[in-house]
Amino acid sequence: MTTAVVVFPGTNCEHDVVSAITGLGGSARLVWHRETDLEGYDSVILPGGFAHGDALRTGAIARFSPIMGPVARFADEGMPVVGICNGFQVLCEAGLLPGALIANRDLSFICRYVDVEITDTATVLTNNGEPGQRLRIPLNSYEGNWVSPDGEGRVVVRYADDPNGSTDRAAAVANAAGNVVGIMPHPERATDPLLGSTDGEVFLRSFLSSLVPA
Amino acid sequence: MTEQPVHRLLGMTDGEYESVVGILERPPMPAELAMYSVMWSEHCSYKSSRKHLGRFPTEAPWVVVGPGENAGVVDLGDGWLAALRIESHNHPSFVEPYQGAATGVGGILRDVFTMGARPIALWDQIRFGPLDNPKNRYLLNGVVGGIAGYGNAVGVPTVGGEIEFDAGYTGNPLVNVMCLGILKREQLVLGTAGTAGTMAVLLGKATGRDGIGGASVLASASFDEESGAKRPSVQVGDPFEEKKLIEACLELYEKQLVVGVQDLGAAGLSCATSEPAGRAGVGMEVDLDQVHTRESGMTAPELLMSESQERMMAFVAPDKVDEVLAIANKWEIEAAVVGEVKAGGTLRITHQGEVVAELPAASLADNAPLYDRPARRPDWLDEIQGRPGPDISSREPADLLRDLLDDPAIGSSAWIHEQYDHMLFLNTVVGPGSDGSLLRVRGTDKGLAVSTDGNGRLCFLEPRNGSARLVYEAALNVAVTGARPMAVVDNLNFGNPEKPEVMWQFKESVEGISEACEALGIPVVGGNVSFYNETDSVDINPTPVVGLLGLADPMPQNPPRLSRATEGMELWLVGPEASENLAGTAVQRLLDDRPGGIPTAPDPDIAPSVIALAIALAHAAPVLHDISDGGLAVAAAEISIASGIGVGIEVPAAEMFSEDPHRFLVGVAPGSIGPAKLARKVGVFGGGEIVINGSSLALDTAASTYRDALRRRMR
Repeated sequence: MTTAVVVFPGTNCEHDVVSAITGLGGSARLVWHRETDLEGYDSVILPGGFAHGDALRTGAIARFSPIMGPVARFADEGMPVVGICNGFQVLCEAGLLPGALIANRDLSFICRYVDVEITDTATVLTNNGEPGQRLRIPLNSYEGNWVSPDGEGRVVVRYADDPNGSTDRAAAVANAAGNVVGIMPHPERATDPLLGSTDGEVFLRSFLSSLVPA
Repeated sequence: MTEQPVHRLLGMTDGEYESVVGILERPPMPAELAMYSVMWSEHCSYKSSRKHLGRFPTEAPWVVVGPGENAGVVDLGDGWLAALRIESHNHPSFVEPYQGAATGVGGILRDVFTMGARPIALWDQIRFGPLDNPKNRYLLNGVVGGIAGYGNAVGVPTVGGEIEFDAGYTGNPLVNVMCLGILKREQLVLGTAGTAGTMAVLLGKATGRDGIGGASVLASASFDEESGAKRPSVQVGDPFEEKKLIEACLELYEKQLVVGVQDLGAAGLSCATSEPAGRAGVGMEVDLDQVHTRESGMTAPELLMSESQERMMAFVAPDKVDEVLAIANKWEIEAAVVGEVKAGGTLRITHQGEVVAELPAASLADNAPLYDRPARRPDWLDEIQGRPGPDISSREPADLLRDLLDDPAIGSSAWIHEQYDHMLFLNTVVGPGSDGSLLRVRGTDKGLAVSTDGNGRLCFLEPRNGSARLVYEAALNVAVTGARPMAVVDNLNFGNPEKPEVMWQFKESVEGISEACEALGIPVVGGNVSFYNETDSVDINPTPVVGLLGLADPMPQNPPRLSRATEGMELWLVGPEASENLAGTAVQRLLDDRPGGIPTAPDPDIAPSVIALAIALAHAAPVLHDISDGGLAVAAAEISIASGIGVGIEVPAAEMFSEDPHRFLVGVAPGSIGPAKLARKVGVFGGGEIVINGSSLALDTAASTYRDALRRRMR
């Protein structure tokens, strides 16, 4: 029962994610992007950062990293795959989630706490929450504005107030099966009262409880 | 235009050129002249300041590495060390604000991870002219964008800093940045070339023509109308390359694969070959043909002077070279073996089969010019110090408070710090917008607190006491988070040192910082000097910036926060009685056209006891806040705004807006403390208004004024 936390060159939230997962009793290990299989893992998190320096556009190169083949197979097989921030951008670029993430409406990086509301609990990231539950977690992105021109995508977490222009105030989006979820704010940053909030634990506990014993 | 000798075009005086001829016993070859010109620049050699920097107290039992290496290192106990350093990127940021500020961040990070440390946090100290001038808004926007663009992408949080506005910075903004890193003792690496046979491996980005002569041309000269023509001397940053370089270097340290490391900053390869060799008392052979370049046809002087970013020189035992190259390959950074350490002390550099430089390695550092420039107290200072202070008797206190909250240097910094990732690594216990930042050190009970402080007006009026007060203020700022002051780094931003008045300000400032550090028993472990901050021969206010590291061991379990005041809580003031002196205060800059008077002197006898009280209270009281810009009124209002609750305060009129040093506020439940020698009750929290001496300001108004002070000016 170990979560693979994928590290691309330029990823920077990998240690934070591992420490949040293990702090909640889970098991997580770093997996370098050049690896070609996910043998021994039962779930995947693509953490935040700037994979491949966000060259061309966010996630555009990461989707070609060798590890993304096995990640796509995991997603197809219904295993939990979550992208946080830059990881969300990578999942959209890889076609595992609909839509795309573009620059924030005000063309400014945003790092602050935001209030979000769970709108759909039938996913690997929200199944421990209540519909309508309000949570306070940090947002930290420049390209956090999710757009879905053809109206595809299940919005499963919404911002209470629109910080960045996202369609339908989307803070998190899932695939139809609910096993692939991208979330723009950082649950792992809200797992310790000393740092200001533990609301992120609702998402991470959902994730851990959705792991099926092998 | 008359033809200038080459050395003058490179910023060297005729006398300096003669010294080079004396060392080599022949005229220098072009590459040699290039090397001496950058290494002997003011920026690299500290030739005008070195004589005075020896005044700083630099020793304490917990100092592991003092000034002179890439960063200072102190012992946190239990096998943990902290590395810290501060740097300026003033001139590049004026020429090209985004890249100037960005590469400043990149440079300070390299200084810290060169020591074996993982950089865990950044603080930026930035100063501009007034924001009603669109040029200054452009500069602020560009500088903040550059710090955000680089810092966020490189993956090191920017957790605090400070900002100041003054007309004197219009033609010469100040952009300083401080970095803190932590490491285990066994990972400490120094900038040494090791012994004969050690191989020099150049890691990181390919070398190009960017930043050639940055140190000598930009950082060591004054500005005039034609500064735009210097833009090619500004380097271009690539945070992605730096991120990979950090991770690769940390893996090299972890596996103990390097003997020493030197970053390539100012003076590029000239510095990264000569300094480690000089420190180790060895020589080196370097083959420039092995240097990986991204432009063809670069000459030897260009290769030696280039300040291309994101490069490091690692010194590696021959049997470890393959492993080092494999790690570089894993992290997708370029690497090349460019030289070998030799016994004897001669640095010999070849290019395309020819020897282009052959000189004593140590001479670039050890024989650098040393100037004892004349210093003289300015004639105009008496007139300025004789001016009366601001008259606030006719002002309604609440109106004055509202105007102070609308000051962009006092109001919320959210417009800036929300553009920075200040939460990465999950260590930020107390983040931007408070007195000092507090970071936890995971795996221990320790916390690290940092405060950075500067105040150009205070130091203009009285450079010695003004500078000393910066140290005391920073010390109190870390104390209110529960941390004991431990070490100082300083960034000394001054005008043209060839003017005796500027040199006097500099000497006085060094004296003031030294006196305060001695009174508190803390060492200076590193610093930087930035001279020639003048435009069209007008010098900036003397602006030393102090970065102070404190250690909380253990860290308070529930540290004080501005947001923890509640209904009925009492507000106490700890510290000496305030004088009626408002010289150099925020009120003066609000009401008077020009600063004047003599600011209140610090009290070295009382400071340690006030700091000790703050540290003790930080483990018990919910709210602690240093009194500084805008005095008690602003400090109390900041607590009210953060906590969303009003406050009523009654104090003698002089106390309300005074910025006299060694004073802080405490918010506590009623009855938990009683009057003591340095403590008195000044107010009670409650209601929806801030009432100061009977004059009332609605909390909503105060909060919106405070939140919009900077933001509305940047729209």
